[in-house]
Amino acid sequence: MTFQLILFWAFAIVLIGASLAVILVRNPVHAALFLVLAFVTASALWLLLYAEFLAMTLILVYVGAVMVLFLFVVMMLDIDIAKLREGFWGNLPLAALVGILMAAEMVLLLMRGFSEPVMSPGAPPPGFSNTKALGQVIYTDYVFAFELAAIILLVAIVSAIAITLRTRKETKYQDPGLQSQVKAKDRLKIIKVAPTKREGTP
Amino acid sequence: MIPLNHFLILGALLFAIGVVGIFMNRKNLIVMLMAIELMLLAVNMNFVAFSHYLNDLSGQVFVFFILTVAAAESAIGLAILVALFRNLRSIDVEDLGSLKG
Repeated sequence: MTFQLILFWAFAIVLIGASLAVILVRNPVHAALFLVLAFVTASALWLLLYAEFLAMTLILVYVGAVMVLFLFVVMMLDIDIAKLREGFWGNLPLAALVGILMAAEMVLLLMRGFSEPVMSPGAPPPGFSNTKALGQVIYTDYVFAFELAAIILLVAIVSAIAITLRTRKETKYQDPGLQSQVKAKDRLKIIKVAPTKREGTP
Repeated sequence: MIPLNHFLILGALLFAIGVVGIFMNRKNLIVMLMAIELMLLAVNMNFVAFSHYLNDLSGQVFVFFILTVAAAESAIGLAILVALFRNLRSIDVEDLGSLKG
């Protein structure tokens, strides 16, 4: 049992425990915090696989941005937890049946399917940079997919704002279409006034 | 050294936990989204493990794109959740049946 295997078991147990806590705890804030723990542990496991860039990305993007967004929303909404927990354990028989069947099938298949264990190719050579290698692949072979990912993020920003944007009825706003359609005769009125003679002049 | 099996079994267990989470939290939309995140994490775990053991960087590139799409998905999901809560004052999935589909 090597040191890496001990580390793997420690992180795997923490990861399984944290993810069980995510789905079972009562308070959604605690669930979000346990999900943060699960992501950090998964990132440690990815470091064991020498995927340094993705491990750091998982922490920065997921823990730093997505989970903070989750926490914002959970704390912002005024949720009645007691009502949401009604019938929680009533779903247990079906959920446990499906979950245990799925897990048993996949675990049995994976234990028997790979009859000779595939061993790790080991650490990369010294001086090898995972980030550099990944960047060289992304900006050459996968540059089209990379641009598409950027567009997906832009669409996500626009749609998230468009969904949550709220126009109040009492808000005063201008309609640029109407403003640009306006003609001079709508704004300016020329009135012919008959000249009148001023009194006192010769 | 760690055999590949270990990572794959860990991914399978995580995925099963995610599915159980969706079944158990039938009413709580937020925890449902978190269970979906768990399932995505399980898939990413498999991709990274295969990428390392097959010595092929494409798996890690795929995880990169999955992370991007998952971030966009959770942002839009949470936006829908907020809009829903404004209109219904609840995030119970059973209150969403107004379309009677």
